[in-house]
Amino acid sequence: MESSAGVSVTAAAPPVVRELTERTGLHDFTIQPTVDGITTIWIPKQSLRGILRYLKSQAISPYALLFDLTAIDERLRSHRQGLPGSEFTVVYHLLSFDRNEDIRIKIALFETSLLLPTISDIWSSANWYEREVWDMFGIVFEGHPHLRRIIMPPTWQGHPLRKDHYARATEMEPYSLPDERQEIEQDALRFVPEDWGMRRQNEDSSFMFLNMGPNHPSVHGAFRIALQLDGEEIIDALPDIGYHHRGAEKMGERQSWHTYIPYTDRIDYLGGSMNNLPYVLAVEQLAGIQVPERAQVIRVMISEFYRLASHLLFYGTYAQDVGQMSPIFYMFIDREKVFDIMESISGARMHSSYFRIGGVAMDLPKGWEKSIREFINYLPARLDHYDKLVMRNSILKRRTQGVGAYNTGEAMDWSATGANLRATGFAWDYRKARPYSGYENYEFEIPTGKRGDCYDRCAVRIEEMRQSIRIIKQCLENMPEGPYKACHPLTTPPPKARTLHDIETLIQHFLNSSWGPVIPPGESCVTIEATKGLNAYYLTSDGGTMSYRTRIRTPSFPHLQMIPLMSRGMMVADLIAVLASIDFVMADVDR
Amino acid sequence: MNSGLGDAADIFGILVSVIIVAAMLIWVERRLLAVWQDRLGPNRVGTFGLMQVVADMIKMFFKEDWIPPFSDKLVFVLAPTIVFITMLTGFAVIPFAPGVGIIDFNFGLLYFLALSSLSVYSVVLAGYASNNKYSLLGALRAAAQTVSYEVFMGISIMGVVMLSGTFNLREIVEAQRSGWFIIPQFFGFLIFLVAIVAESRRAPLDLPEAEQELVAGFHTEYSGMKFGMFFVGEYLGITLSSAVIVTLFFGGWLGPWLPPLIWFCLKTAIGILFFILLRGALPRPRYDQLMTFGWKVLLPAGLLNLLVTGAVLLSLHG
Repeated sequence: MESSAGVSVTAAAPPVVRELTERTGLHDFTIQPTVDGITTIWIPKQSLRGILRYLKSQAISPYALLFDLTAIDERLRSHRQGLPGSEFTVVYHLLSFDRNEDIRIKIALFETSLLLPTISDIWSSANWYEREVWDMFGIVFEGHPHLRRIIMPPTWQGHPLRKDHYARATEMEPYSLPDERQEIEQDALRFVPEDWGMRRQNEDSSFMFLNMGPNHPSVHGAFRIALQLDGEEIIDALPDIGYHHRGAEKMGERQSWHTYIPYTDRIDYLGGSMNNLPYVLAVEQLAGIQVPERAQVIRVMISEFYRLASHLLFYGTYAQDVGQMSPIFYMFIDREKVFDIMESISGARMHSSYFRIGGVAMDLPKGWEKSIREFINYLPARLDHYDKLVMRNSILKRRTQGVGAYNTGEAMDWSATGANLRATGFAWDYRKARPYSGYENYEFEIPTGKRGDCYDRCAVRIEEMRQSIRIIKQCLENMPEGPYKACHPLTTPPPKARTLHDIETLIQHFLNSSWGPVIPPGESCVTIEATKGLNAYYLTSDGGTMSYRTRIRTPSFPHLQMIPLMSRGMMVADLIAVLASIDFVMADVDR
Repeated sequence: MNSGLGDAADIFGILVSVIIVAAMLIWVERRLLAVWQDRLGPNRVGTFGLMQVVADMIKMFFKEDWIPPFSDKLVFVLAPTIVFITMLTGFAVIPFAPGVGIIDFNFGLLYFLALSSLSVYSVVLAGYASNNKYSLLGALRAAAQTVSYEVFMGISIMGVVMLSGTFNLREIVEAQRSGWFIIPQFFGFLIFLVAIVAESRRAPLDLPEAEQELVAGFHTEYSGMKFGMFFVGEYLGITLSSAVIVTLFFGGWLGPWLPPLIWFCLKTAIGILFFILLRGALPRPRYDQLMTFGWKVLLPAGLLNLLVTGAVLLSLHG
C-alpha cells in the first residue's frame, strides 16, 4: 500500500490491532476512524489471507463469522481525508461472538489490477460473497472455484455497482427482446452439470438433473435449485439466485436518504417496518441524531409485531410444505390481526414504512392500547393450539427431526445467523449482545434448539414469538410520554411547530422536504436482529443528499448457500422441509 | 354367478347419480375445507356457490386441449380415461340396497380389488407419457405405493371374507345383520382404511401428486378435460372407497326406520366427509416412510389379524 503512511501502533490502537501486530507481524496498515465504533483497518493485500486465517482460527477469541464481504467503488468519492488511495475498496466485515465485537478489514485496489486472493477456503460462505463482488464490481478473486455471475443474468454486460454503470432505464436504449436474443438468454440459463463439476453418471446409475424452480410451489418466490438425483435421493444441489434482483443497493445511490426508506420495507418483504430500523439507525448514527425515548419504544413495538407477522407466515408455510394443509389459514388470520393493528397505527399493512430519520412518521393514534392488549391476550392460546396441531404431530416430527441438521461450527462457517444459528444450541441474540433502540430495557429469553435440524429451527421461531409477545407487553405497559421525533435539523420531515415561528427552521424544513437532508460524510454500519437473522445496512455518505454506497447485508443470502450442505443424501421431500425451515424470502436474498 | 339385477333404467340411474355426486364433491370438499379452515370457500356462483361446479366444467370444456409436443401422444390421451372408466365400472358391484344395483356377482369383492389395481395404470401411464421429470417421479411413487398397498388392502379384508364366508358383497351385507364387521374386524378396518387412502392417492397419502414437492406429480402436464377426468376420477374413487368401506364394515344398507337406500347413502356420505377431514388435518409422510410403514407395520398387523380371526372362527365353529 504505497500511498498510505503506515500509522505507528500506539496505545490508542484498538486491542485487536495490537494483537495483530504482535501475532502476525502486520505493520503496514492504516486505522480509519468511523462513527459506528467498529475497528476499521486498511491492510495490504499480501497480508489478507494470513490475517483472516489468524482471526478465524488461530486467535484465542476468534472472529468466527464472516459477517459481510462487499466492495465500494471509490472513484467519485470526495471526502476521503486520511484514507489510503483506492479506486475499489473490498471490505471484509468479521464478527466475533467471544469478544462481542466486529472488525472491518479494507483492501485498496486500483482499476489496473483488480485482483485479490480468494478466502472461500477459509470461510465457506465467502464463495457467494466473492461471486457477488465479482458480479457487481468486476473484482477477480484468484483461486475461487466458480467465479461467475450470481445475481445478474449470465449474459449481462458490465458491473452494475460501478459508478460508471448506468442506474436508470432512461440511460439506455429502449428494451427489446428479438427472437435470437431470447434464444441466447435461454441458452445461457441452461444448467450444464459439467460447468459445476457434476458427473452425469457413476458406476451404478446415471443421474437425473431436475430444475426445481424458478417457478415451483415450494421455493417461496423465484428461485431455482438444480438437483442431481439418483432416484429420489439428492446427490448434489446447486442453488441459483438472482431472479428477484431489483437493484436495491444501486437505487440507494440515487434516492435521497429519506425517500429510500420505503425501498427498505421491500427487502425482507415479510418484515415490513423492521427493515427500516437498521437503515434509519445507520443514518441517525451518521447524522448524530439522538432519538427520543418514546420513538425508541414505538420502534421496538412495531418491530416485534412484524417479527410476529413474519414468524406466523413462516410457521404456516412450514406446515404446508410438509403437506399439512390447514395451519397456514389459521396463521394467516392471526397475521391479519397484526396487520390490522399496523394499519391502525401507520395506515399501511405489510409495508408500512413507518420509521423516519429521527423518529417515527406520526404519533400513536388515540386508543392504540386496546387492540394491542386484545391481541397479546389472544395469541398465546392460539400458539398453544398450534403446538398440538403441528409441532406434536408425529408425521411432522418424522418428516423434520434429524433432517437438514448442521452444528454450530458449520453454521458459523456458513455465516448462519438468527434462529438458524440458535437452533444449533448457540444462545446469541443481537438484541441481548449489543442492544439497540433500547432493547437492554426489556426482559426476554433467547430460545435455542439442540440438534439444528428442521424441527428445531421451527421450534426456536415459535418460542421467539412468545418472547415477542412479552416484549410487546412491556412496551404497552411502559410507553413513555414525549415527542415521537427528535428535535434535530436533520430529522426528516422535521417537527413542524417551530417552522411557523422562524425563517431558519422553515428553510431547513423546506430543504429537507424537497432535496432531502444532507448527511455528514462518513461510514456507518448498523445491525439488527431481524426476522430471519442479522440484517445490516452499511452506509457510506459523501456529504450529499444521497448515499454514496448502500450495502445491505441480509441474512437469507448466506442461508440459501447452505442448501447443498443440508440436503446432500436426502430425499426430494426432505429438501422441501429444509427449504421451509430456512425461512427465507427471495427479495431478502437478491435485494 | 348370479343373474344381474339391474335393468337399463337402473344402470343409467346409478351412472348418472354417481357422476353427479362425484362432480358435486368438488364443491362439497372446497366448502367443507373452507369451513374447517375458517374461510368462506366458493360462494359466489349460484346459491351457496353450488353452480361453481358448472362454472368449472364450462371452463374445462372450453380450455385448449393441449397435448405437449414432447409427450407420447396416444398414451397421454388414453391415461386419464382409464381411471375414469375403472372407477365407474367399480360401482357395478356395489350393493346400494336390496334390489338396487347393477350386478349381483359372486366375486364382487375380488372384482373391486382388480379394478382398483387397474386404476394405477392411469397414473403410471400418465406420468410416463408426459415425458416430464416431475411426472415421472410421481408415476414412480404411484407405482410403488399402490402396488404395495394393494397387498395390505387384500389381506385386511380377508377377515371379513372369513366371517361372512363369501366374496359376494350383497351376502357380506346380509351377514352383518347380527352386528357390523367393524367390531370383530376393527384392526382389519384400520388397515383397510390406511390402504384405501394410499390406493386412492388422497391426501395425506397423495405422494404421487405431492404439490409441494412435485408441482402436480403425474398430472403436471394435463389441462382441460383430461385434467378434469383425473379430478373427477379422484372423487369417484373417494365415493367408491366409502361405499366399499360401508359395505364391508358398516353394514351396508342395514339400519332401522329409514329405507335401506337412504341408510346406504348416509353412511357413504359420512365416509366421504371423513376422507375430506383427513385431507384437512394431516401432513404428508415421506415416500420411504410410507413404504416402511406399509411393509413393517401394516403387513404383519394384517397377517396377525387374519391369524387371530381364523383361530377364533375355528374355536367357535370348529
